[in-house]
Amino acid sequence: MIRLTDVRKAFNQGRENEFWALKGIDLSVEAGKVTVFRGPSGSGKTTLLTLVGCLARPTSGRVRLKDRDISGLPERFLTDIRRSTFGFVFQQFNLLKGITAIENVMIPAYPLGIDRTELSRRAHALLERLDIAPKARSNAEWLSGGEAQRVAIARALINDPEVVIADEPTANLDSERSKQFLDIVETLKESGKTVLMTSHDPLVCETAVVDRVVSLRDGQLVERGG
Amino acid sequence: MIFQPAIIALLLASLTGALLVAGQLPFSVSVLRHWNTASGSERQLEMEKRTYLVSTLLAVVLAAELASLVLFVFNADRMSTLFVGAMCAVGTLNVNEFGFPSLYLKMAAFFAASGWLALNHLDSRGHDYPLVRVKYGALLVLCPLLLAAAGVQLAYFLGLRADVIASCCSTLFSGNTQVTSDRLATLDPAVALGVMGGAMAVVFALGRRVQATGRGGVAFAAAALLAFVAALEAVVAALSVYVYEMPHHHCPFCILKGEYGHVGYALYLPLFIAAALGLAAGICQPACRIASLTEAAPRILRRCVTASMASYALFGLVAAWLVWRSHLILMEESPINAILLNLSGGQP
Amino acid sequence: MNSWIGKQRNLLDFTLSSLSRRRGKTLGMLAVYTSIVFVLASVMLFSHAIRREAAIVLVKSPEVLVQRMVAGRHDLIPARYLDAIRGIRGVQSVEGRLWGYLFDPSAAANYTLMVPASPRIEPGKVIIGDAVARARSAEPGDLMSFRAHDGTLVQFKVDGAIGRESALVSADLFLVSETDFRRLFGIPEGLFTDLAVSVRNPREVGKIAEKIDAALPDTRIVLRDEILRTYESVFDWREGMLLVLLAGAILAFAIFSWEKASGLSAEEKREIGILKAVGWETGDVIRLKMLEGLVVSLSAFLLGYLLAYAHVFHLGAGLFEPALKGWAVMYPKYRLTPFVDELQVATLFFFTVFPYTVATVVPIWRAAIIDPDQVMR
Repeated sequence: MIRLTDVRKAFNQGRENEFWALKGIDLSVEAGKVTVFRGPSGSGKTTLLTLVGCLARPTSGRVRLKDRDISGLPERFLTDIRRSTFGFVFQQFNLLKGITAIENVMIPAYPLGIDRTELSRRAHALLERLDIAPKARSNAEWLSGGEAQRVAIARALINDPEVVIADEPTANLDSERSKQFLDIVETLKESGKTVLMTSHDPLVCETAVVDRVVSLRDGQLVERGG
Repeated sequence: MIFQPAIIALLLASLTGALLVAGQLPFSVSVLRHWNTASGSERQLEMEKRTYLVSTLLAVVLAAELASLVLFVFNADRMSTLFVGAMCAVGTLNVNEFGFPSLYLKMAAFFAASGWLALNHLDSRGHDYPLVRVKYGALLVLCPLLLAAAGVQLAYFLGLRADVIASCCSTLFSGNTQVTSDRLATLDPAVALGVMGGAMAVVFALGRRVQATGRGGVAFAAAALLAFVAALEAVVAALSVYVYEMPHHHCPFCILKGEYGHVGYALYLPLFIAAALGLAAGICQPACRIASLTEAAPRILRRCVTASMASYALFGLVAAWLVWRSHLILMEESPINAILLNLSGGQP
Repeated sequence: MNSWIGKQRNLLDFTLSSLSRRRGKTLGMLAVYTSIVFVLASVMLFSHAIRREAAIVLVKSPEVLVQRMVAGRHDLIPARYLDAIRGIRGVQSVEGRLWGYLFDPSAAANYTLMVPASPRIEPGKVIIGDAVARARSAEPGDLMSFRAHDGTLVQFKVDGAIGRESALVSADLFLVSETDFRRLFGIPEGLFTDLAVSVRNPREVGKIAEKIDAALPDTRIVLRDEILRTYESVFDWREGMLLVLLAGAILAFAIFSWEKASGLSAEEKREIGILKAVGWETGDVIRLKMLEGLVVSLSAFLLGYLLAYAHVFHLGAGLFEPALKGWAVMYPKYRLTPFVDELQVATLFFFTVFPYTVATVVPIWRAAIIDPDQVMR
């Protein structure tokens, strides 16, 4: 469903510290599968994730989403695609402090103009599904790591995206919580979602739920089937 | 110059607005030269980000232009006590040769800014920003207009001198000719109302056509602007007279005053909005041919046309109501019938 | 359309929640903003009220004043001029007026002496203005004495004081009888300070003034409209002047808003980054921030204006009296009639909300264009 052709991404272009994070990536991601990008830090796996997830535009090359070329789209339209197609779970969870868990879950839906009551019903259902409903009214900064992650997952799912993207999801969790996370991934896969993750955690890369592991080094692919 | 808070505020607003837009000119030039939607280079990304600033600034400038238009007229009316012979805003604006040009330029600036925002709105609906060069080219034209409006306004205010008591002798004979609004009215009231009704009928007929076929937006825009002029003429020649109930008082500004319940706002606001939306429709029409806008542009076009027609209808209703409730009878045949006849002619 | 409204509502909800989340910063901004509005609104309300007060007083004054000029200076006018004017068609009545100034060494102040046409004051009695009563702590029944032009003492018995209602013009008044006035200054019978003419048809004021000028070439003719106009422009000028002095404050305020808007805390930047990463568009973030500004602006405007209203109309505008009322020793002390003018509110809005909005546009935009992938770097 996502196809990258000779994708490159530069930072600080034209300046002395110019740096190419990705140097020609050809990759396709299948729908309904769980794919993991693996590589040492600085290998470009997070940059790759941002390009696939429409968070950024490639400097050159093509990104096609369901046969639509989205590499030349301005941010305004990328955002449109992003919020309906992708849900993000960040490494630091990135919840907004000072507001409740449920408000955090609803934030991505605000610009869509969905009715408040409908929205809050949906958010509650998600928190229920992730076994965190009792914490709905707690402020985000009072949640433990595992709870915060589940709220973050609920937030990623609020707009019912086809693809869930998780950046180093287990980096801040102990083994027990990591396993719980992988269980959630499994249920997501069962419900037909495509899951993309970056990780260098062997626990993640070697579980059965992962269909494919893509290895990166120095902005290039070192592919191994999974 | 007369040192007065409202004047200072107006000068501040128009100069700031003009300079803000002028500050975007170098960027406009670089858009015209380097814009390339397909590129993902950092320069292109920077330019795309900058466009958000420009559209936000223009929205602020438009709001300021509209507000300062109101403030300008309001203040002109209030200042009339300072000048011998000035009875209301007309007299104040006639104090020197820059008064009316300043008003007209302000109106032009308002319409230009609203046209630009319409263009901007359209452009941002096309995934490849198809109108970006047109838009920034237009900014190169808009900027001098804003600067001119600010400059003429400055000249107008600088040229104002209050007729105050001089210590040497009385100012009695410095000028006792009254500047009234009588000569503003060049048209017979019946003719003016008729022309306005006719123009409105054309607007509605063309508007129906656009709604039905999605074509004729440019013609609609032209008709809307003509109707705007005709409506202003009708306000001067007839409607204001009905409000004042004095056959020879033709002032287009006094109807804004509290003495007449500020009815002027109920007339002018729909009128200006209607004309601005009509103009926007004219901008939408050619955009319908652009590939990336084939879906959005016709939708926006229809919306503009519908809203413009609704605003004109509101204006017509307010006008008809003013005539109807007036105690003054200007013509044998009741003009309200003429208006209603014309309106219904275009709107089944 | 529905989703558009829903979106605006959601944005507004979120705006209010983020404002209350940063309570300290919001309140700080609100305090500065409110005080700016307060100061400007006080100046405007005060000068408008005072101008209106003057206009109300002037409405009662004669339509035409005739003064005799000798060598470019105002001189006493002989009574025969009265008859000359009376003969002009359209003149309703002419009266000779007697007025002048009297310096009182013990109060170190100037009084305005007048001989009122009605009520007639008996010789030896005086009616004094509010400020005079205060300056001399005089009460009805007290005696006041002054040296006349020839050095003899003239004594007055205070008959009453004028109330504070029209204190702007009456504060320093000293109303005496015609006999006393002439004795004090040595003005012989048959001479007046000036003549007050009232006209039957207000439209003919100009024509009549012309006729008086032709008949009595050595006079200066002052029309009430001209006085009104002069007052207007003098007050406008003062108000404008004060605003220019306050321009520094407005500028400082604009810079302060710029600072506040651009000096986003790391936390706020992180927030914007998150919003963008989870699907907010740059335009949404700009709208959010503008909405925040609008909420702060409107609250500050309302609050500042109400405070200024209370300050001017209930607390006597203690802060601006010296600047706006003039530089006389005797300040009138009185309550202004509350009066709110639309033009003034609109102008004030321009002076506060417009600079704030303009000053915050660029910082808001800068904050809003944070790359959405920032949070992942």
